[in-house]
Amino acid sequence: MSGFDRTTHELHHRRWGRNLGLGVVLIAFVAIVFGLTIAKVTTGADLQAYDHVARPALIEAE
Amino acid sequence: MTDASLYAASPERSAEPEFRDYIALLKPRVMSLVVFTALVGLLVAPNPVHPMIAFTAILFIALGGGASGALNMWYDADIDAVMKRTRKRPIPAGRIARGEALALGLALSGIAVVMLGLAANLVAAGLLAFTIFFYVVIYTMWLKRWTPQNIVIGGAAGAFPPMIGWAVATGGVSLESVLMFGLIFVWTPPHFWSLALFMKSDYGDAGVPMLPVTHGRDATRRHILAYTLLLVPVSLALLATPIAGPAYLIAALVLNTRFVIGAVRIWRRDDAACTADDHRVEKRFFRLSLWYLFLHFGALLMDAALAQTGWGMF
Repeated sequence: MSGFDRTTHELHHRRWGRNLGLGVVLIAFVAIVFGLTIAKVTTGADLQAYDHVARPALIEAE
Repeated sequence: MTDASLYAASPERSAEPEFRDYIALLKPRVMSLVVFTALVGLLVAPNPVHPMIAFTAILFIALGGGASGALNMWYDADIDAVMKRTRKRPIPAGRIARGEALALGLALSGIAVVMLGLAANLVAAGLLAFTIFFYVVIYTMWLKRWTPQNIVIGGAAGAFPPMIGWAVATGGVSLESVLMFGLIFVWTPPHFWSLALFMKSDYGDAGVPMLPVTHGRDATRRHILAYTLLLVPVSLALLATPIAGPAYLIAALVLNTRFVIGAVRIWRRDDAACTADDHRVEKRFFRLSLWYLFLHFGALLMDAALAQTGWGMF
């Protein structure tokens, strides 16, 4: 790869900023999905059984 | 040779975009109105919502609004390049290619609708999907270039957010949410037409059939007055619902009085008067219109807070 000049170009700064921004967005997205899951579970939202079929055996007796 | 030179500028893109260019594509200022009205719709609803679910819902409603902004910029790049106000947007400025805006808009629309459906419910997600469709297809692609009534019907797109917020909490549509929709819907024409009165040449240059261009400025002034008068009963009708209380009553009375006075002043003026004071009355009316909407929804929020403390009932 000797034909390439490895000096930092202004373009690299812009690209770094973009990559950093995208990284932050992706991490935030994961955090939101996690937080949403916790909120749904703790508020007792409608949950399906492990194979998405309601099993009477899994429902606690009144 | 550097690896930077491997990426020659595309025919549509003359510069490497920065992250903030993609943010600009989502029209953050419009997004702030969407966030505020959707949040009020959600908070004044009778059903409490878990804070995390509320936060997620508002975030993805805003993202849906941003996505429709990107799709609007994709389609309207030719108009934006002509108008002074929009010439520096990322696409006409050559920082982002049209195809990129289209891809980003479509991807974010899908993500926003699916995530809202998962976070809240299918009614809210359906309303958000319809809002994006309405803004991009009905308003941007069809009405905007075809009829001077573009913003009257297109205003519906901006009126949906409180209805979506309400649907997040209640899972449905009701009189309260329809009236909040109606408030923004009827408010939009006088708001934009007052702007068009002092930005006339800009819309004219772009070939957008705004009312002052197609029917003249006198007709626009009459339309502003008519829609302002129509706005009064819509605003007051919310008082008949449980979400409006004393704060809303005071806000509605003061704001409607001032708004009608402003519209009458505009109606009485002619072009000579506008030129003489550089559209001072029109510009003041435009600023008032922003306060009008903000304070109406702010008052609803205040009444919801008062109701929590037991002070909200008449």
